[in-house]
This record gives sequence, C-alpha cells and structure tokens, in this order.
Amino acid sequence: MFEAPEIDWLALAPLIVVLGAGVVGVLVEAFVPARARRMTQIVLTLAALAGGFAFIAVLWPQIVVQPVQVVGGSVTLTPFALGAQGIIAVLAFLGVLVVADRTATGQDAFAPTASAVPGTSYEDLARRSGLEQTEIYPLLLFAAGGMMLFASTDDLIVMFIALEVLSLPLYVLCATARRRRLLSQEAAAKYFLLGAFASALFIFGVALIYGFAGSVRFFGDPSRPGVGVLPAIQSGAAQGEGMSVLLVAGVLLVVVGLLFKVGAVPFHAWTPDVYTGAPTPITGFMAACTKVAAVAALVQVLYRVAIGVQTVDPEIMRQLQMVIVVVAVLTMAVGTIVGSVQTDVKRLLAYSSIAHAGFLLVGVAGFNSQVQASTLFYLLAYGIATIGAFGVVTLVRERRVTPGSGEHNGPVGDDGVVLGEATEIAQWAGLGRKAPWLTAAFALFLLSMAGIPLTAGFIAKFGAFTGAASGGLWWLAVLGVLASVVAVAFYLRLLVVMVFQRAQDDPAEPLVKLAETTPGAAPGEAEVSTSGDVSTGATAGAGATATLTTVQVTTAQRIEVTVVRSRGPAAVAIAVCAVATVILGVFPSPVLALVEQASKFVP
Amino acid sequence: MFPWLTALIAWPLVGAALVGLSALGLSRTGPASAGVGLARPIALLFSLVEVGLLVGAFIAFDTGAAAEHQLAETYRWIPQIGTSYAVGVDGVGLLLVALSVVLVPLVLLAAWTEQGRDEVRLRRFVGLVLLLQAFMVAVFCARDVFLFYVLFEAMLIPAYFLIGGFGQGAGRRKAAVKFLMFSLGGGLIMLAAVVSLYFLGIAAGIDRSQVFLVDELAAVDLGTTAERLMFVGFFIAFAIKAPMVPVHSWLPDVAGNATPGTSTLLICVLDKVGTFGMLTLCLPLFPEASRWAAPLVIALAVISVLYGAIMAIMQTDLLRLVGWTSVSHFGFIILGIFTFTPLGTAGSSFMMLNHGLATGALFLVAGFLVSRHPEKSQKIADYSGLRSVTPVLAGTFLVAGLATLSLPGLATFVSEIMVLVGAFGGSPAGSAGWAVAAVPGVVLAAVYVLLTYQKIFTGAPAAGLEALPDLRLRERVVAAPLVVGLLVLGLVPGLALTYVDAPAEQSVALTSVDEPADDAAQTGSDN
Repeated sequence: MFEAPEIDWLALAPLIVVLGAGVVGVLVEAFVPARARRMTQIVLTLAALAGGFAFIAVLWPQIVVQPVQVVGGSVTLTPFALGAQGIIAVLAFLGVLVVADRTATGQDAFAPTASAVPGTSYEDLARRSGLEQTEIYPLLLFAAGGMMLFASTDDLIVMFIALEVLSLPLYVLCATARRRRLLSQEAAAKYFLLGAFASALFIFGVALIYGFAGSVRFFGDPSRPGVGVLPAIQSGAAQGEGMSVLLVAGVLLVVVGLLFKVGAVPFHAWTPDVYTGAPTPITGFMAACTKVAAVAALVQVLYRVAIGVQTVDPEIMRQLQMVIVVVAVLTMAVGTIVGSVQTDVKRLLAYSSIAHAGFLLVGVAGFNSQVQASTLFYLLAYGIATIGAFGVVTLVRERRVTPGSGEHNGPVGDDGVVLGEATEIAQWAGLGRKAPWLTAAFALFLLSMAGIPLTAGFIAKFGAFTGAASGGLWWLAVLGVLASVVAVAFYLRLLVVMVFQRAQDDPAEPLVKLAETTPGAAPGEAEVSTSGDVSTGATAGAGATATLTTVQVTTAQRIEVTVVRSRGPAAVAIAVCAVATVILGVFPSPVLALVEQASKFVP
Repeated sequence: MFPWLTALIAWPLVGAALVGLSALGLSRTGPASAGVGLARPIALLFSLVEVGLLVGAFIAFDTGAAAEHQLAETYRWIPQIGTSYAVGVDGVGLLLVALSVVLVPLVLLAAWTEQGRDEVRLRRFVGLVLLLQAFMVAVFCARDVFLFYVLFEAMLIPAYFLIGGFGQGAGRRKAAVKFLMFSLGGGLIMLAAVVSLYFLGIAAGIDRSQVFLVDELAAVDLGTTAERLMFVGFFIAFAIKAPMVPVHSWLPDVAGNATPGTSTLLICVLDKVGTFGMLTLCLPLFPEASRWAAPLVIALAVISVLYGAIMAIMQTDLLRLVGWTSVSHFGFIILGIFTFTPLGTAGSSFMMLNHGLATGALFLVAGFLVSRHPEKSQKIADYSGLRSVTPVLAGTFLVAGLATLSLPGLATFVSEIMVLVGAFGGSPAGSAGWAVAAVPGVVLAAVYVLLTYQKIFTGAPAAGLEALPDLRLRERVVAAPLVVGLLVLGLVPGLALTYVDAPAEQSVALTSVDEPADDAAQTGSDN
C-alpha cells in the first residue's frame, strides 16, 4: 500500500525554485532564439536565485520557531540549514552577476563552444560566427540548487546526491574558459578525478554507517521512531563487538569527503590548480558557494554525531575533535605559508581560501553551540570578499599594444587587443593609479580576508577564535592568531604591489616586459624600452629605427596591463561586496542577531 | 549635553570622506590633476574647526573631577559580542586628545608644499591624515576594550599608507611593512587576550551584551594566572607601539623614511596609545599582574632610556636620530608609569604631552631643514654653519632640542624630574636603583642634542648651503605654537598638572590593593 506523503511544499520552495529554473533554463536553450537566449538565461537565473532567497526569507520566522523535516526527513530544514541556504542564494546571485558581465571587450569569460578541441579550425569557426555558451547559466543554477540541498539534509544518501548535483556542473563549468583552454580543461579533469575519489570515500563511509545503524539518517524518520544513527548510538550499539569501529570509520570517511569539498589539508591539492584554471567568475562562485555548502554540511554531520556520542562514548568524541583540530592546524599552516610564496593572484586567492578553511575549522573544532552562528557569519564574510576579489581579477587584463598604432589615444577597445587576465602579481603593480576605485575595493577585500578590524573578516575571525576558546581549545585559538599574522603578511604583499609600486608600463618608468612577434623586431623593442615619455615622436622614431635596421619588419608588440570597464553587473557585484564588507565590519549587529537565531540544527 | 567626544571623532571622518573619497574618482591623468587645489585648505579648515570643538570639550570638562571619565557616552554597538560604543576621557585622555587635535593642523601646514602639486595625491594625503586623526582621537576616548582594540588596529591602515605611499626615503615601503607587521603582530597577541577577557568577564557575571566595558571589567578579579597572561598579551602590544626595547626596531626605520609630518603624528601621538594603554588598561584591569611585572618592565624601560640615547648619538641621519631619542623618552614614560607613585605617574602623563610637543617640534623643524637642502639630504654631515644663514631656523631647532634634553624652564624638565623623583621613591623592588641608572640618560640627551646642533649650525656654511632661505611665515606659524606651549607649560606646569594629578593618584591607588584606603577608591571609581 502506498500512502501519499504529506509534503510541506513551502519548505521545499527555495530548492524547487532554483532547481526548477535550472530545468527551465535547459528548455530555454532548446526553444529560445539564439540572440535572445543569453539575456533570457541571465534574467531567469537571477530571478530564480532572488526568488529562492525570497522564499527563504518567508520561511525564516517559521523555521526559527519550529524546524521541520520534509519528505520524511530527506530535507531537514533547521534554522542553520536555512541560513546556509540563504547565504548560498545571496552569494550565488552576486557570483552570477560577475559571470554575466561581458565587460567593455564584449566577450565573457567562456569559450564559444567548450566542446571544440583547442587549436582546431572548428574552434576558430565558432569564435568567428559569434557562438555563445549560454548553458553555463542552467549549470550554475543546478550547482547552486545542489549546494542548497547539500546544506539542508539529514539523510546521507540525499547528501550524496546533492554532492553530485553540485559537483558535476562545476566540473563542466571549470572546463569552459575562453582563454588558456588547455589549462582550464586540465583543471576540470583534475577536479573531476579527485572529486570522484572523494565521492567514493563519502559513499563508502555512508555504507559503513548504514552497517552500524541500519539507517542513513541521523535523527531518523519521524514516522519510524528508534531508527536512525543517533538512536542507534544512544541505544548502545556502539558498545557492540566491532561496532564502534564501523561508526568511527564511517564518520571519518564521510568527513574526509566533506573536507575535500571544503578544501582542507591534506585534501586541498586540487584547489590551487582548479581555482587557477577555471574561468575566473566561476572560480569566485565556486570558492564562495561551495565552501558555504561544504562547511555547513560538515558542521551538521560533525555536530549531529557529537550530540550522539558525547554522552555515550566521550572517547570517540575526543578522537573526532582531535582529527578536526589536526586538520585545522595543517590547513592554516599550509594555506598561509605556501600562500605567501605564490606569484599568481588567482593561486594566491586559492591558498587564501585554504587558509580560511583552516580558520573556519578552528571555530568548528570548538564543538560549541555558539560556533554555528559564528560559522555562518564567517562564511558570509568570506564569501562576499571572495566573490568581490575574483570579480576584480576578471577586470584586470593584458592588452597587446603595437607601438605607433595610436596606443594612447583612447579607451580600451579602440586600440590594442585586450587579452586574458593579467594574473601575475608583478603585473598588478601600479594598479592603484590606473583604477583607484577598483583597487580600493580589492584592498578592502584583502583587508577583510586578513581580518583587519572594521571589516567583516575581523568580526568573523573573532567569532571563530572565540568558538575555539569556548570549547576549551585555547592553544588552537592562539595558533589561529599566529596564522593570521602570516596571512596578513601575504595579503599585504599584494597590497604593496598594487598601491605602492609603479606599473611596469607606467610612462614615467622604463619598460620592462616586452613581447615581440618576430626576432627581427629587437631593435625596435630596444628603442621603445628606452623612450621614457610616450610621445608620438618617440614611438614613431621607434618604428622608424626598426624599419631601417631590419629587413623583415614587424613592430615590437608590448603587453600592457589594463583595466577593462565592466558593463555593469560585475561592477554592481563588486560594489555590493565592498559595501557589505564595510557594513558587516562596522555594524554587524543585525546580521549577527539573525545568525544567532540560526544556531540550532536539531529538528 | 552636547556629545563633544563623538563630535571630535566624527568631524575628521567627515573631512576625510569628503576630501579622500573624491580623490579616488579622479583619474591621474585627467584635467583634475591641475585643478584648483582645494584639498589642503579644506583639510586645514576641518582641522581648525576640530580645534574649536576641542576648546568646547575643555570647557565642558570638570577639572575638579579629573580622575573620572567625563563627557561619557555609551551606546550598544555589537551586543552579540558584548561590545559598546563607550567613550569618555579623564584628564590624561583629554590631554592626549588635545595633542592629536592640535598637531594635525600644524602637520598639514608643515607639509603644505612637501607632496608636490598633484591634486589627486594631495587629496589622498590629507584624507589619510584626517582619517588617522579620527582614529587617534577615538582611541584615547575608548572606554570599551573591544572598541579600543578595533581602533588600535584600524589606525594602522592610514598610518601604513602614509608611510609607504608618501614617505621620502627609498626604504619607505619596507619601513611601512615592518611597521605594520610589528604592530599587527602585537595587536593579534592582544586579540588573544581580548578574547580571554570576554570569557572571563562573562564567567564573572557581567551582562553579556556589554562585557567589554572597562569599568565593568576593572571590578572583576581574574585570578592570578589568567591575569598575568592577559597582562602579557596587552603589554606586548603596547610595548611594540610605545616602542620599548627590545621591540622598538621598526621605529628608526619609519622615522628615517616617512615624511617628518607623518613621523610627528605617528611617534608623537599614535605611539602614545602604547603608554596610554599601559596606564588606562593594564593598570586598572590587571593591577596585581602589573605589580608582578613591574621590576622587569622598569629594567627594560631604563635600558630603553640608555640604549635609545646611545643609539641616537651614533646616528648619521637626522630623522633617524630624532626617532631614537623617542625610544629614550618612551623609556622614561614607561618608567614613571610602573613606579606606582602619584608623582611618577603624573610625571609620565605630563611627559606624554610634552614629548609630543618637543619631539613634534624637532621632527617638523628637522623636516624644514631637510627640505631646504638641494638634495633633500637627511645626513647630518651634509650640513654645517647654518646659524648664520638661517638664524630663525637655528633658534627654533635649538629650543626644540633643549626641550628634548629637558632644560629647566621648559615643560619637559618638569615631567622628567617628576618621573625620576617618583621612580626613586617607587614601590617596586629596586626602582630607586633603576632611577639612578636612568639619570645618565639625561646627560646623554644633552650630548646628542648639542652635538647635532653643533654639527649642523656652527662653523662655516657648507658649500652649496650659503644661500638657504630662513623659515618662511608658514613654517614659523607651525613652530610657534609648539615652542610657546613648551615654554608656558614649563613656567606654569600647573596648567597641565591639574588634569593629570587626580588620575595618577587614582591609578596608583588601584595598583596598591594591599592598603585599606584603596577599597574606597576602587568602589568610588566603579560608581
């Protein structure tokens, strides 16, 4: 006999809106004419995320009072889970804004057809015919929906499905970069392989837990009392012969799977490569939203296990805490120390994200109920700064300039060809002069990540360290503080380059970096490099020298670093992130009050 | 009642936002670079109005109750973390607020031509100066540990940009990074102590939403070990800021590479946060631990006095030399604080003000001197015989120098004698001996000041320096208030001492809990 389950549709609404819009997005690909497709997708995606957030806001007062289990516990909507969903929706919205920006160059960050083999004529053809890969928007919605589900379930199988729903689109998205496509595809392959490995560990852990408890749900189904992981622990099953090993091994494997998604050491190896290779807007989306989902899931799994074991078997609890502590220390150490020797902005931000995983785990390791609130705040503060920072990275570009072709005559687009992003830290020298507002915003994000007071990052870090201290882990909090000092050093390095150093292509400085198209251009290059002030006479002279001294004339081409104008969405996202960083740093009270309500995840 | 302190904090912020943010929007190459150049006048106007606000605050302040924190305002800021926006000043705080308010217009005037004519650069510069001023005023007013910590860290950011972006020396970026890393390192150690205070305060039963109020925390008995650990956390941060041997090494680099104006704000005002923090946070919050640590602190303070002075004598760079003299003077200030005598503590409080005036004058005049050199050389050896060329400059330099060596008749003399006499009768073991050991510091000060004066100003003018212009009107306007201040306070020290005596007596009473009289004092302060 089948009985139709009672389903609280409102509680599912945020998920349904986002995932449903993803499905609609796929249909849009099929039925909407090509020229309207992109705009339709963008509007649909943003509307879905905003709608999802609206439902979360509507649900909030109700869930804070009484958490609900929907569809027999497959979706367990606690205030903590709902809070994580809300943060994911907000961050995804901002992330999509960055994705949607085509900038003044008229191109977005994605390959015309990602399936074309790099370097083939088909790729050329696709580029010339102006194709666009608008499938990225439904993929983003699927990923966001998966993340929201990932953060709000009590059922390990549903959690596994959510893990795949969020990961598979991300694997694809990683491979879609317009430029440096091989690197992008390599990143995707790496992410996919390691991700599959982590998924396997996760599902194996789930199997072991099932073996222990006969259930994959922590609290169990309300209609079947006594069945579930926690009831099994509390009924003393862990005392059985070999049973506690099943539980511990299962939980550890599940935790490893989650730590992989969090990007914690020693499961972090994918992070720098994937963050570097993926299209930058995707990196921002991934770094911010995936971290929220993974940490939220990790906190729920760990704390639910802790609720079960700490009364029955404190020894397991202690071991579990030790594992998290060790991982937290390693993550902070690797993130900050290795991060401080990076020479690429995206890689540096990747290590910064690893270090932040460490700081988050410092708080989580406290196993204290107030940690939930501070973790949510940390995730929000970190996510905002991350999306903003990667948004800025998308706008700092290389530009090929041919001397003598009127290089200093007008804005970008009229002259030299704008290439990919300039991600080497050295290239960011003098950015403060070229784009003061953008630099100010980026500096703000860096200061927030460094945890300087009056930015959101400080309040977040304060919460993480008090979390560890409240759990009695004083020394861990002190280690966290020490790691912060190292982290400050590495953010500072980037700041110094941007603000204090002069640009290599600053007219007042001799030129350093030159790219030449043919060997014959060498004399021209030498001439350009010594012409301190850029007057048309000097450049014309350079061209003339080259003409006279070489037979096969092509003028020297130079790579300049330029800041392209946003067409709007990315600028809005960066501005919102910057303002939010300051507001959350100076007046965090309202948001802190909200996340404090969320510090509940037992239904 | 008019919120004087909030007004004093907010006004420069408005100015900074107005002048500084507008600079971000301007393109470096745009026509605005050659614009009308309103940045400096507007900033000067803001800083002068600020002086007006300060006068109002002084009138509203009741000198009869200088030990109490007056003009107080308390609002909830982040109740979830337990921090409030709580401001209030006692006599010492008010004098330091006055120092930060008075020095800014002088620094702006002194730097009038130093940053060139680029309007964008000027806007950023004066914007940062005003921002720094707001933070400095606020930190001297803060009556909430968390608020104090936030400001203590936040003010590093404008200071960092002022050193690294607008300094003169080739090593300015390194100096800026060194400054920031030292200060942040100390600050984060302090953060660990702040986090601990949070839990101990809650454990002691303080209302969670305002656990960081200094007045609440001062009444809590933290337990010996915790108190000592937290004292160390706070003290390291303050010692780095102060700066005190052995964590002073950032200061000479900053002094040698920043502009004289920046150095003035940094060393004469911002660094006072270190000694001010020792006086108003370490002593009341951790009285037992302060007594426990006093012998070591006094020893380090005296070492700072002597080491700073000896290093100053050995310097070849004029601005570095002034930097080292400050290490020596901060040693005196710390010595006075940790002798736990009313005389010594009052002397230290007074000296914080005097050091600001004297060293500020010395930095600014040295800056005027350097700006006259054709190559902007800071080497002492590149100058000679300027007394006949620039007599007013020489005279001003001499007065500032004499104030630095504490000549009787100048304000610095009074405070230094108070510190030494106080230390001689100080309660920590061996403080009399250390007081005697510090006395040579006074003699060494005479050596570095007079030798420098002799090298630069006596003899025959060096080649190329025969036609240097004397102090301009603008520069005289800058130097005059400082010199007059030093003279007036030297002749009538009572003007300032009325503000510092009562707080000194109270803080001494707080740290000597063994005597029965103090319970009354302590409960008095809590009410």
